[in-house]
Amino acid sequence: MKILVPVKRVVDYNVKVRVKSDRSGVELSGVKMAINPFDEISVEEAVRLKEAGIATEVIAVSCGSTASQETLRTALAMGADRAILVETDAELQPLAVGKLLKAVAERENPQLVICGKQAIDDDANQTGQILAALMGWGQATFASKVVVEGETLRVTREIDGGLETLELKLPAVVTSDLRLNEPRYATLPNIMKAKKKPLDVIPAAELGVDVAPRLRHTLHAEPPSRKAGIKVADVADLIAKLKNDAKVI
Amino acid sequence: MKVLVIAEHDNTKIAGATLNAVGAAQQFGAEVQVQVLVAGCDSAAAANEAAALAGVAQVVSVNAPHYRDQPVENLALLVAGLVRSDGFTAVLAGGTSFGKNLAPRIAALLDVAPVSDVVSIAGVGRYVRPIYAGNVMVSVESDEPVQVLTVRTTAFAAASGGGAAGVRDVAAGEDLAVSRLVGREIAKSERPELAGARIVVSGGRGLGSGDKYREVLEPLADRLGAALGASRAAVDAGFVPNDYQVGQTGKIVAPDLYVAVGISGAIQHLAGMKDSKVIVAVNKDPDAPIFQVADFGLVGDLFETIPQLVEGLGANQ
Repeated sequence: MKILVPVKRVVDYNVKVRVKSDRSGVELSGVKMAINPFDEISVEEAVRLKEAGIATEVIAVSCGSTASQETLRTALAMGADRAILVETDAELQPLAVGKLLKAVAERENPQLVICGKQAIDDDANQTGQILAALMGWGQATFASKVVVEGETLRVTREIDGGLETLELKLPAVVTSDLRLNEPRYATLPNIMKAKKKPLDVIPAAELGVDVAPRLRHTLHAEPPSRKAGIKVADVADLIAKLKNDAKVI
Repeated sequence: MKVLVIAEHDNTKIAGATLNAVGAAQQFGAEVQVQVLVAGCDSAAAANEAAALAGVAQVVSVNAPHYRDQPVENLALLVAGLVRSDGFTAVLAGGTSFGKNLAPRIAALLDVAPVSDVVSIAGVGRYVRPIYAGNVMVSVESDEPVQVLTVRTTAFAAASGGGAAGVRDVAAGEDLAVSRLVGREIAKSERPELAGARIVVSGGRGLGSGDKYREVLEPLADRLGAALGASRAAVDAGFVPNDYQVGQTGKIVAPDLYVAVGISGAIQHLAGMKDSKVIVAVNKDPDAPIFQVADFGLVGDLFETIPQLVEGLGANQ
């Protein structure tokens, strides 16, 4: 079974982003970038399925600029077998990414696609669902457990208020939630090995997909900041403030 | 314009998030005609509940065994068909795990770009939504012929009762049979639901263990009639199940009163609770970031102060 794992290059989760002074976007120059954490979990899950003898090949794919090769190398160092960069400098929105991934999936014929449930930059939480719809496949989003049983997939999902277990026919799309696994650190020998693994670059234009943005992001702003309040002296003071000033109890 | 709100339900009751989605749909203006889709099996009770919501013009009821557990593949196909046949120009769902799973799939079938987690609607195709874990708010414009949105439930008032819409039965769509529900484990609790509670008591790693979490926080939640929540650190440490998690990757809450106990206040956590009306923080570290957003901060040992708070609240009430 082939597994396709889409990965995205995003601002590192430790970075506090700043809005550009003209409010046209977020300042990205000189900012540390990394693999989207949910995609890292997806790579880990795919590699574990390979180590368990269930998957035969793990292919990491990224859509974006040439800098995304770095993100793909991270996936390769974690254990992906090869990588594909769908290269474009254009702004890509989730619908466009879904269409590019569909074109890649039609070339590669994976039985399973494991995506992150969302990217931590645009927080869209859309790409996996869009890809599943375009392929006409089943989807299991927000996965915390994935078990492959022959031609079926059993996925435990994190839903509001608890957990849900689904059985899906393969091929299918799974999106990873935080508790699916704890991704490994790439070891130095594996980082070195990853440099020699195959990384194909496909110009996005070659896939014949309309990737023009459908949405305009016109204005970026910091949210209204909350002012720090006061420190209360003790519990009695706190109760008095909540009752008399805030009137919430 | 005709707007279709997708009801989230268990065939008997409509979820609270759907009330907020109906409320959000009214923001499209006076010309809006809101219909609510209740697709289920033996779901007349849920359909009747939707029909009684203020601002709903009509309920579209679809009944078939292959909608009982509302598999997303069947539901998305049904909605895309309804949009085409009935001329809806917007589709809304609450920004819950149900809505987030469904809306992008509907949008892809219609070849339109969906917009997630909308917190403000200024008109058709004009929205604001959070990105970067709520650290940036972005204005989004869309000319898509069908607007497909999920709305953040805490940002829109819930529709009230008092409506009297008609229920229109519509034939079921195809059963794709690609996924099957094996089971659901929904945590049962006497407490209010976290996402809609008026008061939330949340615990962090400072509690030290699951036993201590329950021992210290349950009496306080009981006293306040509050829902219980937790930081990601507390969930990852195994103190409580993951559905307790408040934060960007957990639940977004905006109660009247949020009591953060032993929570340092990581950005991810703040993103999930900073719209609360009043925030109280109890932490032994006076420099904890949580104090930067708290209206009332109490520096002290939570194992001493929280029992005192429980006792003090009892004496005052």
